[in-house]
Amino acid sequence: MRFSHVSCAENCGLIMDPECSRLLPALCAVLADPSQAVADDTCLEKLLDWFKTVTEAGSSLLLLQENPCLVDLLSHVLDLKPQDVSPRVLSFSLCLAGTFAAQEDCFEYLQQGQLLLGLFGEAGPLSWAAWSVPTVRSGWIRGLRSLARHPSGLHFLGDSGALDALFSLQGDSSLFVASAASQLLVHVLALSMQGKAAGSPSPQGSAWPTCAQKIVDHVEACLCSTAAPQVTQALNVLTTTFGRCHSPWTEVLWGQLSPLVAHLLESDPIPAAHSLVDLLLSVARSPVFASADCGLWETMARMLSCLSPTQAGPLALGTLKVQHCPQALKSQAFKILLQPLVCILRATAQAPGPPGLLDETTEGGSMTVDTLLSSKSACVGLLCQTLAHLEELQPLPQRPLPWPQTLLVEAAVIVLQLCDGLAAPSSSEGGRLCGALAGCVRVQRAALDFLGTLSQGTSSWELMPQVFAVLLETLESPASSPTVLKKAFQATLRWLLDSPSPPTCLNLGPHAPLFLKELFPVLQKRLCSPCWEVRDSALEFLTHLTACWGGEADFREVLLASEVPKLTWQLLRDPESYVRASAVTAMGQLSSQGLQAASESSGHPEGQQGLVGELLHILSVDSEGFPRRAVARVFTEWLRDSHADVTRDTQWFVATVLQMVSRDLDWEVRAQGLELVQVFLAQTLGQPNPNCPYAVTLPKVTPPSPLPEVLRTLCQLHIFDFVFRALFDCDRPVAQKACDLLLFLKDKTAPCRGLQEPGDSSDVTSVEATLQRWQAGEQGEPLGNLEPEEVLAALRSMDLKGLQSRLAESSDHVEKSPQSLLQDVLATVAVLEENVADCY
Amino acid sequence: MKLYCLSGHPTLPCNILKFKSTTIMLDCGLDMTSTLNFLPLPLVQSPRLCNLPGWSLKDGNAFLDKELKECSGHVFVDSVPEFCLPETELIDLSTVDVILISNYHCMMALPYITEHTGFTGTVYATEPTVQIGRLLMEELVNFIERVPKAQSASLWKNKDIQRLLPSPLKDAVEVSTWRRCYTMQEVNSALSKIQLVGYSQKIELFGAVQVTPLSSGYALGSSNWIIQSHYEKVSYVSGSSLLTTHPQPMDQASLKNSDVLVLTGLTQIPTANPDGMVGEFCSNLALTVRNGGNVLVPCYPSGVIYDLLECLYQYIDSAGLSSIPFYFISPVANSSLEFSQIFAEWLCHNKQSKVYLPEPPFPHAELIQTNKLKHYPSIHGDFSNDFRQPCVVFTGHPSLRFGDVVHFMELWGKSSLNTVIFTEPDFSYLEALAPYQPLAMKCIYCPIDTRLNFIQVSKLLKEVQPLHVVCPEQYTQPPPAQSHRMDLMIDCQPPPMSYRRAEVLALPFKRRYEKIEIMPELADSLVPMEIKPGISLATVSAVLHTKDNKHVLQPPPRPAQPTSGKKRKRVSDDVPDCKVLKPLLSGSIPVEQFVQTLEKHGFSDVKVEDTAKGHIVLLQEAETLIQIEEDSTHIICDSDEMLRVRLRDLVLKFLQKF
Repeated sequence: MRFSHVSCAENCGLIMDPECSRLLPALCAVLADPSQAVADDTCLEKLLDWFKTVTEAGSSLLLLQENPCLVDLLSHVLDLKPQDVSPRVLSFSLCLAGTFAAQEDCFEYLQQGQLLLGLFGEAGPLSWAAWSVPTVRSGWIRGLRSLARHPSGLHFLGDSGALDALFSLQGDSSLFVASAASQLLVHVLALSMQGKAAGSPSPQGSAWPTCAQKIVDHVEACLCSTAAPQVTQALNVLTTTFGRCHSPWTEVLWGQLSPLVAHLLESDPIPAAHSLVDLLLSVARSPVFASADCGLWETMARMLSCLSPTQAGPLALGTLKVQHCPQALKSQAFKILLQPLVCILRATAQAPGPPGLLDETTEGGSMTVDTLLSSKSACVGLLCQTLAHLEELQPLPQRPLPWPQTLLVEAAVIVLQLCDGLAAPSSSEGGRLCGALAGCVRVQRAALDFLGTLSQGTSSWELMPQVFAVLLETLESPASSPTVLKKAFQATLRWLLDSPSPPTCLNLGPHAPLFLKELFPVLQKRLCSPCWEVRDSALEFLTHLTACWGGEADFREVLLASEVPKLTWQLLRDPESYVRASAVTAMGQLSSQGLQAASESSGHPEGQQGLVGELLHILSVDSEGFPRRAVARVFTEWLRDSHADVTRDTQWFVATVLQMVSRDLDWEVRAQGLELVQVFLAQTLGQPNPNCPYAVTLPKVTPPSPLPEVLRTLCQLHIFDFVFRALFDCDRPVAQKACDLLLFLKDKTAPCRGLQEPGDSSDVTSVEATLQRWQAGEQGEPLGNLEPEEVLAALRSMDLKGLQSRLAESSDHVEKSPQSLLQDVLATVAVLEENVADCY
Repeated sequence: MKLYCLSGHPTLPCNILKFKSTTIMLDCGLDMTSTLNFLPLPLVQSPRLCNLPGWSLKDGNAFLDKELKECSGHVFVDSVPEFCLPETELIDLSTVDVILISNYHCMMALPYITEHTGFTGTVYATEPTVQIGRLLMEELVNFIERVPKAQSASLWKNKDIQRLLPSPLKDAVEVSTWRRCYTMQEVNSALSKIQLVGYSQKIELFGAVQVTPLSSGYALGSSNWIIQSHYEKVSYVSGSSLLTTHPQPMDQASLKNSDVLVLTGLTQIPTANPDGMVGEFCSNLALTVRNGGNVLVPCYPSGVIYDLLECLYQYIDSAGLSSIPFYFISPVANSSLEFSQIFAEWLCHNKQSKVYLPEPPFPHAELIQTNKLKHYPSIHGDFSNDFRQPCVVFTGHPSLRFGDVVHFMELWGKSSLNTVIFTEPDFSYLEALAPYQPLAMKCIYCPIDTRLNFIQVSKLLKEVQPLHVVCPEQYTQPPPAQSHRMDLMIDCQPPPMSYRRAEVLALPFKRRYEKIEIMPELADSLVPMEIKPGISLATVSAVLHTKDNKHVLQPPPRPAQPTSGKKRKRVSDDVPDCKVLKPLLSGSIPVEQFVQTLEKHGFSDVKVEDTAKGHIVLLQEAETLIQIEEDSTHIICDSDEMLRVRLRDLVLKFLQKF
């Protein structure tokens, strides 16, 4: 049996095939004709991508010589009256010219006709009306960016006046253009320095290449400017430069510019503080400065001390992430990062934490307090930022030591209490903080995330009662919003599962069982919430907790004493599909752990069998995909874990589930059905052989039954029918999975020579015929009752490997061919023409 | 302008504003928290309540044991519940011209005022306010009258005896003025004095002021009031809400540019978010019912109950509660549910548009249709036949001292399966529950108060920017239980003026202008002279005629002509003596130029001193002093009239005459 497949050269698109060459003149004519509008930019972008691939793979010069229409297009654009040029086509032409000129010989070729000067020089589009369109400016920059690859290109940039245009484009009204201009300047600077002898850089500015010198002069001038936008532009160029170029000359550059940068710190307020922070961090991260002492650390220290708390935060975090930064600076940065939390702890009169961090009056403390108390939005902004920064820092290996875990936990707890309105500080600052933070969902979410992260690495379990208390308060509070509750559940889970229990304790430690007793009534209430998001988060929490603690006696006891299993069961009928899906997963988990006793005894006499029935009901009738997917997943898990209900009659179970799944409209459910089949096959035939030749091979488990018998069972259960259908599924992932499964089966049955080979008996032919019809999309006809022999024959005759590789290709590989792209562009124009004709 | 504060309860206000010769009562709230000191009135005889021990003094003296009963450590008065009225002695209430009612909760003291104080004025309120207010009064009267109590306790009110009682009876204020509930007859008579008004309707009061009700967004027909004259504007903000519930949204824009804003009726639970509380209500309700328990919701027959029913309508199916009966028991249950559906013009936009479909604006109609919600006038009659458990019962009164709720508390209080959920914020739930202790049933406190909170107030004040804010003293400091919460108070500039019960405030506000009309013929005769660009002046001789607080300048009568004797001489025809008028002066004297002029005219020793109000020019030689102030100039010299006249003429040169 052969399956047709679309042939496609591996390197299609990389070469200019004759068919494309044939279409090109028409395309160029369309583009050059101002009366024919190209429908959309994406076509042109795709064309550019294609030309880029083609030029990267071969000679541009050759391409232009073989296809003169391309140069004609470029010249034609220049010959048109400026007002006739479509900005799209102009932008495209600029980019295209740059792409060709990226190769030096082609650059020279185009220069001969002064084409490049016409396009990129001062007399070109720069002076046209179309220049006001951002696309054109962007195309101009992109063209130059492609062109600037070789010394000739560099000279061209210097001579054509393009650099001056780029300087002014840095302040362009379009952010994309401004950013691209800045990036190009960095690129030119780097390229220009690259051209210089690779030896030691000269510290004298005069020795820099012309282009580089011009850029550096411009940056210097901007740094001295009093206009903040100019300073920002200069800082952005430098930030990118130090971020990208790690050659020794950057050190010279910094040496030359750092006094100017340091000078910026003397202004009040500091101009372009954000960009300055970025620059300093970019320099600090550069490996060039790893060992050199070039005044950078002092500048950073000064910067840290004079920025406002909100601005200093990102610099402090960045500083702490730099591996080789001096200890003193790290310590300063860490204090700044901790400052807001320290202020909160002080204002709420909490114990001041470990000595050393809070005893000294840290610099900037009063500024932080001022910010926190100045307004609600400032307070919220600073706190959220601080919490996020510390959360980011917490898991990093380079986090400061000693890490004040206790202080941080206490701070997170007090912040949450302030948000809940539960803290009752006596100081007036505390009172104002209370007012600013009460009911603030943003801070609550940030604090819960942070508290969750802190569960890892908490060595002292004495903090747990405090943490559990505040989590419980948040979970209990009627004012907690659904998003806050979700985060609170997540944080609770992390603390329950991550927190260490004292070494002498067995099971869950002393706090968890007490906490669980208080938690379950809250969980019950949340399972009844009118807000579906809350019910959903509560179910997810229950699922995770059960998965981890289902075997713990304390947990089982509290769970079974509560209404939770019963409520979860009821949520299987929830009107919201997400909740039904989560309830299915939760029930699946509870049932796996044998935690359904409560629901069995109260109102659900059918018990476990009832749950299978209920889940099958959902699988067969639920109108939404999520619950059905969840059921299919649960069933797969049950089969994998040999759940009692499944093992009672595995074959019936598998057959029933597959029968429902095969009809499902949701491809994920069908894919999950294949997963179930895979588990079943693994259990009946043994694990698949590892594909990796170096993998440790486990001793082969002999299948429990002889192969022919297994095959017969599979046939009886209509598993092949299901898998073959899936092979021709219109959704690729399903087909892929089915293909993998069949390959596995083929592999497993290869040694099965005991069965007679049917050759080309008429039965097999009918199977093949049916399969071919299925492939053609006619899946109405059943496969009928298959015999193992027929299956084996079908498996042998199918080119499964070929099918597998074809399925691995992305589904749009046919449509992506350059030829179809060119045809598309031409067709669009034709359609537009027709429409125009219709109008008349 | 004065404000007389007759009630100390911030959400049940009763204030009197004296403004431009009018006396306006703003709301007429009745403080019912006094009833918490009384024993509940059971509909069905309760052995438990009957057998409560009488209270005796520490020394064993039991002379009060008939009046006071003890229950779980609390002492209650065994008598018909009484209410704490607004102050009646602070001002003669018969002088009140009008009463403006903001919402149906703020009119419950109306019969006491209109029927017993000699009040002869008019009451203004919107139609839903009156109709639902009537229902609330009717329910109250019904609750109290259907459980007649033979005994009426008064001994304990004696001041000397009250001192000996335990708290809170000992600290109850003005117990001597507490009154029993009014009768239906008094209610009807009081309501007959109400004139109905619509939002934005302008009502003239004696030509002096204009009052206008504005939508306040809190309840059906609830209003804030604008009281304004031509040049002054007082806004009265009572229970208002910015949340999207069933009533029309609050009209904030019209409150702008007020000279004084009287702010009352903010939320009583500033830390509770109504949305969260509704969620809490639903969750606890579902949890109880699923466990086979009953839920009791003590509530008023109108207001939040409409929103709760709407939430439940959306929730019961999702929570699998479709088979659970919901009962609404109140003598006015039927009217309340029906009234809510007919006041379409007073509803929020969403609900209004339903009426055009046509659909009932509130979904409780569907709940009734599908038999999920049933309503009964009382527990007697049909209800006892239909009653099925587990169920959810909405009934009054939220104080738990009278009404059908007393019966359910007695019935369900012993089982921990049942839950009572408090949604009305007017009464402390712990105090309400005190006479039912010990109690096994679960208690959930979900106060739903949609009135403005302090954040909303601060935004509102920033938006409308009144010159002065007046509010109850409770709003100028954080609540006693949360003294650190500086955000739970009104924060505005200048700081608000606060009032307490029985206080009279002089509002910081001077009336500076009055509008006077000029008759056209008089206006014709005026000859204005421009004294500086854009400002012209003219002298007017006219007769000022004042009637009904309206002032009109009329032309002076012509000089008396010899009368023919046929016309009777009228008083107003008396001609005032018209003297020859001196020209009026205007302008200011530039001191430097004036000094130069003096020097030009030969005064050589001129010295200028600055004073607080202007300047003094000293002519030392002539021993003369010229005092120049903003609105006067004095020349003080020793009997040298010639010099004075000379100086006067020099001064006059700088001024314009007309």
